Amino acid sequence: MKLVLSEEQEYLRETASNFAKEKTPVSHLRSLRDSEDTNCWDKKIWDEMVSLGWSGILIPEQFGGSDFGLTGISVILQELGRTLSPSPLFATSVLGVTAINQLGNEDQKKDFLGKIAKGEITCCLAVDEGTHHNLSNVELSAKKTKDGWILNGSKVFIIDGASADVAIIIARTSGIKGDLQGLTAFITDTKAKGISIKKVPTADSRNYANFEIKDLNLTSDDLLGNVDDASDSIQKVLDFGRIALAAEMLGNTQEAFDVTIQYLKDRKQFGVPIGSFQALQHRAAKMFCEIELTKSAVMAAMNAADESSNQMERLSSLAKYQAGQTLHLVSNESIQMHGGIGVTDEYDIGFYLKRARVAEQIFGNTSFHQSRYSDISGY
Amino acid sequence: MSDLKAFRDEVKDWLEQNCPPTMRTPLVADEEVWGGRNAKYKNPESKLWLKRMGEKGWTAPAIPKEYGGGGLDRDQIKVLNEELFAIGARPPLNSFGIWMLAPVIIEYGNEAQKLEHIPKIIKGEIRWCQGYSEPGSGSDLASLSTKAEDMGDHYLVNGQKVWTSYADKADWIFALVRTGPKEPKHTGISFLLIDMADPGVTTKKITLISGKSPFCETFFDNVKVPKENLIGEENQGWTIAKKLLQHERNFISNFGLAGGGGSSTKGIVGIAKKYLGEENGMIADSDFRAAVTKHKMKEHAFGLTLQRANDEGAKASAASSIFKFYGTEHNKERYELMISALGNKGVVWSGDQADDNEKDITRAWLRTKANSIEGGTSEVQLNVIAKRVLDLPT
Repeated sequence: MKLVLSEEQEYLRETASNFAKEKTPVSHLRSLRDSEDTNCWDKKIWDEMVSLGWSGILIPEQFGGSDFGLTGISVILQELGRTLSPSPLFATSVLGVTAINQLGNEDQKKDFLGKIAKGEITCCLAVDEGTHHNLSNVELSAKKTKDGWILNGSKVFIIDGASADVAIIIARTSGIKGDLQGLTAFITDTKAKGISIKKVPTADSRNYANFEIKDLNLTSDDLLGNVDDASDSIQKVLDFGRIALAAEMLGNTQEAFDVTIQYLKDRKQFGVPIGSFQALQHRAAKMFCEIELTKSAVMAAMNAADESSNQMERLSSLAKYQAGQTLHLVSNESIQMHGGIGVTDEYDIGFYLKRARVAEQIFGNTSFHQSRYSDISGY
Repeated sequence: MSDLKAFRDEVKDWLEQNCPPTMRTPLVADEEVWGGRNAKYKNPESKLWLKRMGEKGWTAPAIPKEYGGGGLDRDQIKVLNEELFAIGARPPLNSFGIWMLAPVIIEYGNEAQKLEHIPKIIKGEIRWCQGYSEPGSGSDLASLSTKAEDMGDHYLVNGQKVWTSYADKADWIFALVRTGPKEPKHTGISFLLIDMADPGVTTKKITLISGKSPFCETFFDNVKVPKENLIGEENQGWTIAKKLLQHERNFISNFGLAGGGGSSTKGIVGIAKKYLGEENGMIADSDFRAAVTKHKMKEHAFGLTLQRANDEGAKASAASSIFKFYGTEHNKERYELMISALGNKGVVWSGDQADDNEKDITRAWLRTKANSIEGGTSEVQLNVIAKRVLDLPT
């Protein structure tokens, strides 16, 4: 395992970097927010991403994708993260695709993956039900009926839940809250009778929704994988999501840091650039060290995922923990080092802070991943 | 790739035949090998191991063969290290010569100097120490005042160095001296090699808070040094000095990685479980478990960063300061956690009421306090990162 990008991955990263700068600078997110766009992402931009093949990066070639690996899609998300570029790429092409890859039968793969690759549908993954991420706390129930299944319960904080065409819903089919086993995945049209969607406007101006599910009737064709057997696969989906999100958070961090370093060079007080003050230099240098560690953790986790290494879970938690901690530090310091303009809405740096706190808690905050790493390592 | 596999087989065979049995057992404190004219070998197999590895050039695998090194490339060195690790081989030689001096002689020395000094370093025949700091020149190293006067065919050296590691046991010293007293401070410095057996060189040990004396003061009183011992140009020693510091920082930063597995009884996790108790196989004290986990996660990410730097082909540079800063601060944290886990056994100074391992940790904890001072303080490293890496204004 080498901790460097391949030539093809590097090329993809450059393409994404140019795309982010040209098509979706931070002003793009700002205008979506100001126009109170209900999707919080732009269909035209998404179509362009699809035509570049990004929607199908994790999709096997026989279903219309390029099968280019988690590293491929993660470096794209990292570059998009630099400009806080919103799109269905994460929820649809990382979470949705990985879930269908892991759990779907041939027909489902052919149907859903083919449509995703072509940009005909977007997905969301409905897992959490409480204020904190925890897969084993799923209570939403799926009960067997004569013709199929009936689902009741609620899901919260579903990424792209307010715009997705298709939802993958994790339900409890046996055991009780707290059991990691006894979970089953279903795939359904979000317009199905029985799903009531409540959009959740958030600090980061992205798309989230809560679902109230009342007597949602599904057939056995809507089962994704086997009954009571979704946990291991969903853990893998979540780990892929954590790693890709950690890459995006690294991109958020790098840009907020670069912008702040430039400000330290430009802004003058007492007749000198404020970046000449040692009190600020040492804090900047420490942030730089943390960013270097984050790059390595994210790179190792992406590699582990693509090589199906048995270290993947541990590295996924390390990457999400390290990315979360570093983004937390850098997003706070960026505001402080910008001084007064850092807390104005007119200036972009505040957007990074708002994105940071949302991303930090998705699929486990630093405390969750510290605890998980500890358990896996046997401390 | 197949070449690399053939190389691995060759290494395996050679090690199988040449690494003596006791050299495959964990290192005992007083059997560390540093070489030199007056080297004493408590275990004769240490001497044999050094001889064989030195002749093969594998004590310095990256150095070209014409100077006695292994002449291996980056991938081969990785293979060699992996195979050494696999049989639990002891390091054949600890050497400031290999870690710091040889790379700068290769870069800045002339052919005669390379042929004279490097083979002896690699075989462990000459032990070197470092003459940088002075009583009045610590972090402000370039203000140093040990002077070397041009006497035609030689320099006459007078002054005092401090924190010269193991100077009492070393044969030669590489020293920074002032050759241009009228030049601005950075441009009047030269890099000189001095034989410590020459008349006028004396050393005195310094006792540290750990009770040990790895450092000395070294005095120069009218010492005659031949002109051929100047490395690079006169008055251009500061460039060489900084380069050598980068090599030194790279090597010190490896302290940031715990030797041995995390769950071994000597590691922090093993110690915590032994002294604080276990609950379902986990460290019983939940606060301490969290602190250890944070520490180990940082260590994991730090180790991956060293690996990434290697994979990217990074050489010693200003970025070495990242590793020096992080590695030493991390090592200090590790020993704070260790003595905290040991409780009242962690502060026993001597006697039989604590075992040797416990007392070693206490002393090592005190030794780590110098890690973030020697080779440039943590504050100096942060200055280097801010100015040379981030390009922040002065």
